[in-house]
Amino acid sequence: MGSITLRQVSKVFGEAKVIPSIDLEINDGEFVVFVGPSGCGKSTLLRLIAGLEDVSGGQILIDGKDVTQAAPAQRGLAMVFQSYALYPHMSVRKNIAFPLKMAKMDQAAIDRKVEAAAKVLNLTDYLERRPSQLSGGQRQRVAIGRAIVREPSAFLFDEPLSNLDAALRGTMRLEISDLHHQLKTTMIYVTHDQVEAMTMADKIVVLNRGNIEQVGSPLELYKTPRNLFVAGFIGSPRMNFIDGAYAQSKNAKTAGIRPEHLLLSRDNGTWRGTVKVAEHLGADTFLHLDVDGIGQVTARCDGEFRAHHGDVVYLTPDESKLHRFDDKGMALQA
Amino acid sequence: MATHNTKTLARLMMAPSVLLLLVWMIVPLAMTLWFSFQNYNLLSPANVNFAGFLNYEFFYTDPAFFQSIWNTLVIVCGVLFITVVGGIAIALLLDQPIFGQGIVRILVISPFFVMPPVAALIWKNMIMHPGYGVFADIANLLGQQPIDWFAQYPLFSIVIIVAWQWLPFATLILLTALQSLDGEQKEAAEMDGANFFNRFIYLVLPHLARAVTVVILIQTIFLLGVYAEILVTTNGGPGYASTNLAFLIYRTALLGYDVGGASAGGIIAVVLANIIAIFLMRAVGRNLD
Repeated sequence: MGSITLRQVSKVFGEAKVIPSIDLEINDGEFVVFVGPSGCGKSTLLRLIAGLEDVSGGQILIDGKDVTQAAPAQRGLAMVFQSYALYPHMSVRKNIAFPLKMAKMDQAAIDRKVEAAAKVLNLTDYLERRPSQLSGGQRQRVAIGRAIVREPSAFLFDEPLSNLDAALRGTMRLEISDLHHQLKTTMIYVTHDQVEAMTMADKIVVLNRGNIEQVGSPLELYKTPRNLFVAGFIGSPRMNFIDGAYAQSKNAKTAGIRPEHLLLSRDNGTWRGTVKVAEHLGADTFLHLDVDGIGQVTARCDGEFRAHHGDVVYLTPDESKLHRFDDKGMALQA
Repeated sequence: MATHNTKTLARLMMAPSVLLLLVWMIVPLAMTLWFSFQNYNLLSPANVNFAGFLNYEFFYTDPAFFQSIWNTLVIVCGVLFITVVGGIAIALLLDQPIFGQGIVRILVISPFFVMPPVAALIWKNMIMHPGYGVFADIANLLGQQPIDWFAQYPLFSIVIIVAWQWLPFATLILLTALQSLDGEQKEAAEMDGANFFNRFIYLVLPHLARAVTVVILIQTIFLLGVYAEILVTTNGGPGYASTNLAFLIYRTALLGYDVGGASAGGIIAVVLANIIAIFLMRAVGRNLD
């Protein structure tokens, strides 16, 4: 079991209030992603849950039990660190076995569990190697293996993919999602990469300056962002924000339209724009445009749409997909 | 071609210093070797003649010879043990965040700056002296008979003094090694349920292996030749109780005026040092890979 509840959890470092006060409910078996820009307190929040930092106020409950004062090892959580934090002088086998050895499990049971974990993670051939003899992806898997064997009530991932190259990141993303489906254990995953958040999460927690901006499923956040911050953070390329006359005509301080909700045309449309930069990605083309009376706008269109610097194109926003925000940056309901 | 030229040039440019170092090493060694086969006593400098292995025989059969080798080993091993164990302990303490950390660290390191004869004299006259030493005061306070350190435990006293001098060095090297230990590894071990003792055994000690090797290798080189501390405290006595090989050579050369015999002792010391070096590299050298 692995439900985690945070009640008015706060963290202060000296003068700096890193986390003012957070309430959060994480259900058993959920894949929760904490996402936010660097310095938003997402890693701190994870470390508070892990017990590596002491809370300044509030309560942390795991399965209804107050663990606020419990030592990290007693919380039944396993963590995968950004640097993997493998023990360099131990073989892969010993690395994975370490938590079991510390739990004073007998050797036969340890061997069985290590073999099983190695099989799940495709590490069987590497059990006798040292971490320094492994590739980045393999090290990552060892770190996950060390977490799995403990059979924790929840896994904590602290930006586990940020040290890998782009191709490997994609593969590991799938592997971690796959692992979640196999184990059905609660996972909390910290990242600054909204693509990781969107692709892996059951529930995304968007953090900004130590506050929760919004909690919801990836599509909820995409379709109904609660405020300007979430609207700008979720989605790539980011949402276009339009102030001024156009927004006022929609009874809003700011209007938001995602690049994929702009219809492009060569000859007619609502807005007239000049192409500044065209990014041809193959499947998609991103156009960065200068639109008359609106300003800078990014549009996403079919990969076949050929455009060059200086071309004039016409755009029509899909007004059913328009987001409206008031002067406090909060979303207005339609 | 370019690399080839640079290599040749590099070798040419390095040649003078390499040559100088070689000469610096070879000439004294050759001279010592030469003198060790000569009958050369400073009391009769005119009568210098070939002696064969006589000098070696005399040095070997000297009743102090085996004792001095044993004493040398005791000093080296004793000091190494105290400095490595003590150094790790102090380094662990200094690694904790404390008030006035910078000043405390400088204070801990300061014994290393004190010259060996000065340090030995301070220990002799202010700490270990049976009449007005600090240890004697403590013994009196506890109603015990003060210990006459240099008479009762001469070799042990020397080990303590030398260890006191080398402890800062070991602490410094081990502290830097300790600070380079990855924080996430410690946290991972903490989450894995390792208590302080287990973290020390499975994480900290293996991490320190390399630094300990450096400490052992460097200290051994210097500890084989401990001399000043013996000269100003026990003068090798009582009897030969605190005479090590270096001190025995000094005695033969400058108290016995026997240059030939001392040279033979010097050659024996060089051979001994090399044997120790081979064993040492075998035993701990692989930590340096």
